[in-house]
Amino acid sequence: MLSNSKTAFITPKEAIAFAILAALIFVVLPMALDTFRLNLFGKYLTYAFVAVGLVLCWGAGGILSLGQGVFFGLGGYCMAMFLKLEASTPENTAIQSTPGIPDFMDWNQITALPWWWEPFHSFGLTLIAIIAVPVVFAFIIAFAMFRRRVGGVYFAIITQAIAAILTILIIGQQGFTGGVNGITDLRTLNGWDIRTDEAKNILYFVNGILLFACLFAAHYVRKSKLGRLLIAMRDQEDRVRFSGYDVASFKIFVFCLGAAFAAIGGAMFTLQVGFMSPTLVGIVPSIEMVIFCAVGGRLSIIGAVYGTLLVNFAKTTFSESFPEVWLLGLGALFIAVVMAFPRGLAGIWADWIAPRIDGLFSRQSSSSAAPKTPAE
Amino acid sequence: MFADYSMGELTAIFAMQGFAGLILFSVFVLMALGLAIIFGQMGVINMAHGEFMILGAYVTYLVSNLFATYIPFAFSIYFFVAMALAFVVTGALGMFVEWAMIRHLYKRPLDTLLATWGLSLILQQIYRSVFGAREVGVSIPDWMMGSLPLTDLIEVPINGMFVMVLAVGISIAIYVLMFRSTWGKQVRAINQNRIMAGAVGINTEWTDRLTFGIGCGVAGVAGSAFTMIGSTGPTAGQLYIVDTFLVVVFGGAGSLLGTIASAFSISQAQSILEFFLSGSMAKVLTLLTVVGILMLRPQGLFALKLRK
Repeated sequence: MLSNSKTAFITPKEAIAFAILAALIFVVLPMALDTFRLNLFGKYLTYAFVAVGLVLCWGAGGILSLGQGVFFGLGGYCMAMFLKLEASTPENTAIQSTPGIPDFMDWNQITALPWWWEPFHSFGLTLIAIIAVPVVFAFIIAFAMFRRRVGGVYFAIITQAIAAILTILIIGQQGFTGGVNGITDLRTLNGWDIRTDEAKNILYFVNGILLFACLFAAHYVRKSKLGRLLIAMRDQEDRVRFSGYDVASFKIFVFCLGAAFAAIGGAMFTLQVGFMSPTLVGIVPSIEMVIFCAVGGRLSIIGAVYGTLLVNFAKTTFSESFPEVWLLGLGALFIAVVMAFPRGLAGIWADWIAPRIDGLFSRQSSSSAAPKTPAE
Repeated sequence: MFADYSMGELTAIFAMQGFAGLILFSVFVLMALGLAIIFGQMGVINMAHGEFMILGAYVTYLVSNLFATYIPFAFSIYFFVAMALAFVVTGALGMFVEWAMIRHLYKRPLDTLLATWGLSLILQQIYRSVFGAREVGVSIPDWMMGSLPLTDLIEVPINGMFVMVLAVGISIAIYVLMFRSTWGKQVRAINQNRIMAGAVGINTEWTDRLTFGIGCGVAGVAGSAFTMIGSTGPTAGQLYIVDTFLVVVFGGAGSLLGTIASAFSISQAQSILEFFLSGSMAKVLTLLTVVGILMLRPQGLFALKLRK
């Protein structure tokens, strides 16, 4: 479906799919949900950034990273550090033994702001750091591994180990990082209170727009020569190499791109939810993000968004009412999606629903029965 | 950092920490051996390996309760019964999992990883529902308690010694199985060339199932041994899985000797660092070093010649 057009950036069918997703995110959800629930869906959508990055890395490129939580977390922590510094003015923290530093530092007997916190006084530098820190980190990992032609399972295990290391580090260095509670009690962004309902609504839309920017970027990559090379590499890496392409640099690029997406998602998470903690960095969230992508369909960037929304919605619903069932359900979902539906929701859509709709259109051309959600 | 201690104290510290490291080493070896068989010989990533270990621990817990209630006079030897039973139960579950799930995914290693992760979540929840969320501990028979004083500063706990002896015994048993038995020969033949192995009459499907079962059974024995030195909770398995995979990968997948060598170096580094730094920093430093070395030398310490 996607590979047929060689020149057009977007085919009519894809345009419809994007439009439906846009309608869902920008019109249907805001109208149907109150601010609390909308904020919840905004949180889910921040995971969708990661899932979209995984579609590029894993679905197209065959690089399974089990450490995307690292990049999500780094982006989120960069944002959280800025917000925390803004919340920790000397006036607000006058009761501390050292006013002007974040409260958790004071609790841990640290008397001066560490030097690497200093850049986060500046909003501009923070915005740069949100993207730059995770991307540089991803670049180092990818450069070291892909240049030595490490891939597949080994890459997955090492990224997972990195996620574990970063979590232990954050929890262990609680004086500098807030420890297991993370960085909490965030208040304002450049003087603008992010805790009000109005701010939450605005942030939801900002989040949606950023997500669409990432979706278009991912779509562009998929359509470009790079996208086709990625798929070629996934299927026959040696042949691509023997054709004269530098396989490693393509892999490094796409891994860094995935990291950048995840970092944006992490920063938006911090803004919308109001805290950042190591529970979003470690092995478990990282692998859950992979399942969001797998449920949506590892080959479909739009499917990844629906997959994320669906799994998270199910998670919230089930774990609120039947916490025991949820883990069983999640486990079963992992197994089912791998064994029975390797292409996820997008595969079900392409195999079962899309042909019927095509049939409907060809029989009665005047019908305007647009598909409601491609996810179902 | 050494200035505060006298020479004799330093020796004692290194000896004690070294011994703690040896216990950790035995634990790593026990955990990693099963994984080394499954990952090294079959190329299957079993993320539920930790849960198989925990199953072994729970079997031991049940057996110890059973002995304490019905045959208290034989309590001092219950552990050997429990270990055998742990091997059988986890091995059987492993063979069932291979039949139901893994065999369909041999060509998709990354998908095996996700599917077995799902399995681990299900097992965790089952443990939580059956045994409760709290950690359970077994009562250790009297002869395993206490410690042997070597000098007035150095003492070695007996249960730690027992775990070490067990690790050595199981390593030898696996060596014999892998390199001196028909099954081992078949496994290695399949690992080298599956099609040719099938062509000369090896039942590859059955060997795969048996291999997976034995790997899981060893995990069960490891879990059983764990109950001697710690308590067991439903999510304890997940804590070990990353360490275990790093041990196997660091040693060089497919090399049993490499697995043992890497378990030794990682555990010694970690336990000696632990005394001077905080526990979390010791772990971070050790893992970082391992990851760093793996990035420079992806084939691990003891690399077998690989062909794609």
